[in-house]
Amino acid sequence: MLNSFLTIKDILAGYKRREFSSKEVFDLCYKNISKSEGRIGAFVTLLDREGLKLSRNSIPVGHKDIFSTKNIETTASSNILKGYKPPYDASTVKRLSDKNFVCIGKLNCDAFAHGATGENSDMKVTKNPYDLTRTPGGSSCGPAAAVASGFVLMATATDTGGSIRLPSSFTNTVGIKPTYGRVSRYGVIAMTSSTDSIGHITRTVWDNAYVLGITAGFDPKDATSSHREVDDYLDTIEQGILGLKVGVPREYLENIPANIKDRFYESIKLLEGLGAKVVDVSLPSTKYAINAYYIITPSEISSNLARFDGIRFGGTRNKFGGEAKRRIMMGTFSLSAGYYDEYYLKAQKARTLIIEDFKNAFEKVDVLVTPVSPILPPKLNSIIKDTLKTYMMDVLTVPVSIAGVPSLSVPGGFIDDEGKKLPFGIQLIGNYFNEKLLYRIGYALEQETRYYETTPAI
Amino acid sequence: MRDKSGVEKISKLASLPLSEKEISLFGNQLSKIVGFVAALNRLDTNTVSPTYQVAGKVNEFREDKPSGGLSSKEALSNSPRTIGKYIVTKGVFNVK
Amino acid sequence: MKQHQQYEPVIGLEIHIQLNTKSKMFCSCSNNIWKEEPNSITCPTCLGLPGALPVPNKEAIKKCQLLGLVLNCSINKVSKFDRKNYFYPDLPKGYQISQYDKPLCSNGYVVVDDSKIRIRRVHLEEDTGKSIHTKDGTLLDYNKSGVPLAEVVTDPDIETAEEAATFARKVRELAISAGVSNGDMEKGNMRFEANVSMRKVSEKSLPNYRVEIKNINSFKFLKNAIEFEIERQREGLLAGRKLVQETRGWNEAERKTFSQRSKEFENDYRYFPEPDIPPMEFGNDYIEDLKKSLALANVDPVIEKVQKGTSSAEPVRKQYTLDDKGELSKVALKVICENPKAVNDYKTGKKEALKFLVGCIMYKTSGEADPKVSLGIIKTLLAK
Repeated sequence: MLNSFLTIKDILAGYKRREFSSKEVFDLCYKNISKSEGRIGAFVTLLDREGLKLSRNSIPVGHKDIFSTKNIETTASSNILKGYKPPYDASTVKRLSDKNFVCIGKLNCDAFAHGATGENSDMKVTKNPYDLTRTPGGSSCGPAAAVASGFVLMATATDTGGSIRLPSSFTNTVGIKPTYGRVSRYGVIAMTSSTDSIGHITRTVWDNAYVLGITAGFDPKDATSSHREVDDYLDTIEQGILGLKVGVPREYLENIPANIKDRFYESIKLLEGLGAKVVDVSLPSTKYAINAYYIITPSEISSNLARFDGIRFGGTRNKFGGEAKRRIMMGTFSLSAGYYDEYYLKAQKARTLIIEDFKNAFEKVDVLVTPVSPILPPKLNSIIKDTLKTYMMDVLTVPVSIAGVPSLSVPGGFIDDEGKKLPFGIQLIGNYFNEKLLYRIGYALEQETRYYETTPAI
Repeated sequence: MRDKSGVEKISKLASLPLSEKEISLFGNQLSKIVGFVAALNRLDTNTVSPTYQVAGKVNEFREDKPSGGLSSKEALSNSPRTIGKYIVTKGVFNVK
Repeated sequence: MKQHQQYEPVIGLEIHIQLNTKSKMFCSCSNNIWKEEPNSITCPTCLGLPGALPVPNKEAIKKCQLLGLVLNCSINKVSKFDRKNYFYPDLPKGYQISQYDKPLCSNGYVVVDDSKIRIRRVHLEEDTGKSIHTKDGTLLDYNKSGVPLAEVVTDPDIETAEEAATFARKVRELAISAGVSNGDMEKGNMRFEANVSMRKVSEKSLPNYRVEIKNINSFKFLKNAIEFEIERQREGLLAGRKLVQETRGWNEAERKTFSQRSKEFENDYRYFPEPDIPPMEFGNDYIEDLKKSLALANVDPVIEKVQKGTSSAEPVRKQYTLDDKGELSKVALKVICENPKAVNDYKTGKKEALKFLVGCIMYKTSGEADPKVSLGIIKTLLAK
């Protein structure tokens, strides 16, 4: 049955049964786009429907605009890259297109993925489909909004400090930040080389697991990508969670407002009801993670953005936006002579302690569960005015990025605020390369709550 | 980094031309950020060695076999200024 | 006379050598760039496009280590790449991937006319593109960007311009003999930087300044530039002037060095470990194999001449001191026992295996065995 909000699973089944054609699926997505994109603003570049080459099994995908797409404008949502057309595809883009995912457009984000609300984009402001006066979160604002609005079946995205998990939690979608090195970074415009994780957003857990099975795996073009075999993420997804040990790290629940905390504990109760055993754990280095992150990140950014000199591509360096300039300055400072030990080196030492925390925790439990965000989706033009406040939005997601472990954001329901029902998400954190378990738990939670049946009224 | 000359020094190192307005704005903002991250000093890392990479890999090498590459047309395709097959830039901004 | 002898030169060299691998250092572009059309041998990685990533060339690493071995360095068991951050149009990423504190090789030496010149380190990095300054602007060709470069850094042990040139020539010969470079000066396979300062003859410590002469690409220019610089500095010191840390270039037409920039704006390279490339570890077996292959490389030209029956041309190495057939037979027997696969290969017609076995004999005798005699012995033993 072809309806407005399909899942990849539905599509695959529908194609097999010849219930509908790929042409009809793409037409439906473009119909949703023409109805609502004007109000949502998810796309930087939307490809012409007529120009698309479809096969019998094509599935519509949108790529966050920091993924290189050959001959298709790739801007990183920054003025400095306006008009830039990469002469090559990112490895992930290629892997997906080899498996029938056809790109219909490039999705908006904070410029160079620097941000947590999407408002650092030089291109446009993306709105939250569940409340057009609020942000959908960032930096992957476009991918999350596009999936939530039914514009695409799946959107690629990146998570460096929370940039997939946060927008997913704000838009009632499922977002995976895989283990660092699980998915190739080749062709994705680099932000923080040591934490950039290539992931994606879908409406359901099954869909998400299906896609990871395609994108994951060693890439000879990315020396940091893992040789570890790719799991079958789907074969045990319905197994349930009987006997699993779920850890709730107490540091993650400090300073969380009551409305989010209460709903979070309801989800924990749900997991218990499904057979999990809940354990209280501690990750003492957590409170330093955000400080370490905001040293490591700008440092690597300052170096990664040095190639933007306006000679072989792009505009001159004055075209960088404010946040990019800020991070370049901060990073250059942290790496400079006399400060390296105090900042960059110290942060990498903190990283060792953070990794140890997770290691110790996973000796006691199978998974860690926390809220994704300490706040509900903020109103547009509110948080962005305060740089440090924006940075603090990442406080629950950043430790995972520093350690490189995988994390899945799944819908945790809706919280009332000012008469609107706002999505919030649950974060499932696993040990290295344990995405399979995360999907199993996410699926169990999802099937119990069925939040994916709620769609935005746009 | 609090003072103007500190900010100017960093902007030169970063090849980031800043306006007078930006210099004073950044001076302020950057001081706040530096203060924020300086909290890390409270963490005792005396006996800790740094982790630069979390992938845990060593020795990732490539065989010495030439393959692939861009045509010169592709290599030049995004350059704002070319002369023949050369990419051109007007001045040398930081002497090597 | 007495005044002239008051000061003595303190000279160190940095030699950049392009390695003769088939592909570039961090990408699969061809390393054969001579006379190719500008910007025709590039890829996203060596062009520094957004999203591109580096993957190190295994052979380039090996060649750098072989170079270290012929320069009597130790091969470090742990090594890594680092980013050296600075801006220049011919440096597409705005940083060069190089090595900072854990180079591939360290603590070697080369003997030049009874003088021991210590080599602090030999490390691996990528070359930059080529820039041509014209009135229309700077023309850039990125074919050279990413070519593997080994950098040899000496201690300031060199005492004269003549010694510097002789040393540089010797390094070139050794690099060619090790099979790591073609040493083609015309093609720019080697470039030099000289660090020159002067100190009072009585002083033991290093002077508090250093003048760097950059971008010299011939032995003749190297000698001339250093000679000029020594005199320039000596004159300055004798006239009571204070000499400053600076970078200078060599103008061959006018036969003098000229100031390029003062080191006021000291370039802070902000080195940090390259996050896109995992660190490197080398075990004892690997290092032993390197030493073996070096012995083999030295054997090749001699064996080929013997096999082709040409009269002896200049041997690549010094005189061999071990040619006693009895001694060599003992070693040869051991080599045969320890390398059954190679023996089998030879017996099934693989001629390369013979070279390998002779190489093993060379290795076991620390390079002293006469390869010609060894070849004969091995052949006889294998025929049995």
